[in-house]
Amino acid sequence: MNTTVARLTARGLFGRRRVLILLAVPVLLLVISVLARNNGMDELDLVHRILGTLALGTLVPITGLIVGTGVIATEIEDGSIVYLLAKPLPRWKIVTTKLAVAVGSTWLLSAVPIYVAGLLLYGTGDEVVLGYTVGALASGAAYSAVFLLLGVLTRHAVIAGLAYALIWESLIGSYVDGAQTLSVQQWGLSLAEAVAADGTVIAPVGLATALWLLVVVGVGATVYASVKLAGLTLSSDE
Amino acid sequence: MAVITIDKVSRWFGNVVAVNDVTMTIGPGITGLLGPNGAGKSTLIHMMSGFLAPSAGAVTLDGARIWRNQEVYREIGLVPEKESMYDYLTGWEFVLANAELHGLADPGAAAERALALVEMGYAQDRHTGTYSKGMKQRVKMASALVHDPSVLLLDEPFNGMDPRQRLHLMELLRRFGADGRTVLFSSHILEEVEQLARHIEVVVAGRHAASGDFREIRRLMTDRPHRYLVRSSDDRQLASALIADGSTAGIEFDAAEKALRIQAVDFQGFTTLLPKVARAAGIRLYTVSPADESLESVFSYLVSS
Repeated sequence: MNTTVARLTARGLFGRRRVLILLAVPVLLLVISVLARNNGMDELDLVHRILGTLALGTLVPITGLIVGTGVIATEIEDGSIVYLLAKPLPRWKIVTTKLAVAVGSTWLLSAVPIYVAGLLLYGTGDEVVLGYTVGALASGAAYSAVFLLLGVLTRHAVIAGLAYALIWESLIGSYVDGAQTLSVQQWGLSLAEAVAADGTVIAPVGLATALWLLVVVGVGATVYASVKLAGLTLSSDE
Repeated sequence: MAVITIDKVSRWFGNVVAVNDVTMTIGPGITGLLGPNGAGKSTLIHMMSGFLAPSAGAVTLDGARIWRNQEVYREIGLVPEKESMYDYLTGWEFVLANAELHGLADPGAAAERALALVEMGYAQDRHTGTYSKGMKQRVKMASALVHDPSVLLLDEPFNGMDPRQRLHLMELLRRFGADGRTVLFSSHILEEVEQLARHIEVVVAGRHAASGDFREIRRLMTDRPHRYLVRSSDDRQLASALIADGSTAGIEFDAAEKALRIQAVDFQGFTTLLPKVARAAGIRLYTVSPADESLESVFSYLVSS
């Protein structure tokens, strides 16, 4: 961790208009939860829809995408990353610091609101809400790592990230069973199943597989991002 | 002594060769990297500052490879061409952050010293996003100088500066050069380079065209054969009068243009000869225009010589 890198990253992330979009996500979740409670629907079913499909399936990846690319892609895009890189700082330190800021922000903006929304909707019963929160923590961290890597790899990180989240996870993942094994969202759901009381949350991917893949993808993406950042080439205007 | 060595370096992007087998040594004092736009100046500076790998050859600082070696930044201060620099920070916060990133013992004092050096203390509490181009350039300088580097690399530092800012920056760079630091800056304007640099490296179309003292380069550039297009009241008589003199190398009568194409041996001799000859022969000159005064043609002459 480098405190200066962390400070610059956090200010860049929250100091721009981006913060409004980021804050809109948890606010939306809480508003929907307040409106949806006590409307006569089965409570558990409601929790699955809001915390599972909406939050874990859409809000966490969107937040992870905006935050994960926001902590590095913007700086690479406008060239200001030069001021971080022209320093005797190990590249992995820059990447892990930025990742820590991204993970912390994703948790704050998605996992915490999910827990609060869950309490509003369902309370603490059956550990269902805790399960979804743990799932959001795990998948939020993995999304941050993957989207940070995308930010280092490509100038079109947001498009590539959206394609992954929307096309692979949401579209293909809901029809093709095999695709679910390679879906961050499903790994989070698998953790939710493990934490919640038996039979309350159903996940298609086994816990051991999910944990392994979370660790491999998280660590792998971070290592690869460090290597790629060390060899970052400045684009020439010539 | 900090010396950057570029040894048989080439860099290509796909099929395009941006830098072609360049060898040069940049030592203490001010060196100007001169060349027309697109000549490969930025590519060279990117390689010297560790932001681009050479496709062939080696770029080193005192023998240490620069690419993928973050330790060189203890010695190198880089002033990039791009302007973006964390617009949401104030000048002070920006320079202080740079000092902290270098891991300096007293970053506050270093930032203060660097800002004073570029005379930006008065505006240090404003956001860098509100700075003029010249102010940004100076704060970028402060960030590059904050760790007291022995090498300073500047990519087109005078671009877009007004004359006053230009003078101020030149004065600053002169001081660093006099301190025995290795200062390298790029420019596509000869006058700019010769005002500042004793030593000039010229690159044209990716190749190392010339190297040496600025007087040497200046002489090469003015003493080349000059071409003129001349129209007069009697072209043929003027031609015969001119060819008798040694300062004219060749004359062609261009029937389509109805003009003479004259190749002069030296600039000084020909420009005094032409009006004299014309007057003596009673010929009226209608047009005298240099045919190859563009910077590119000056540079390409250097390449071929």
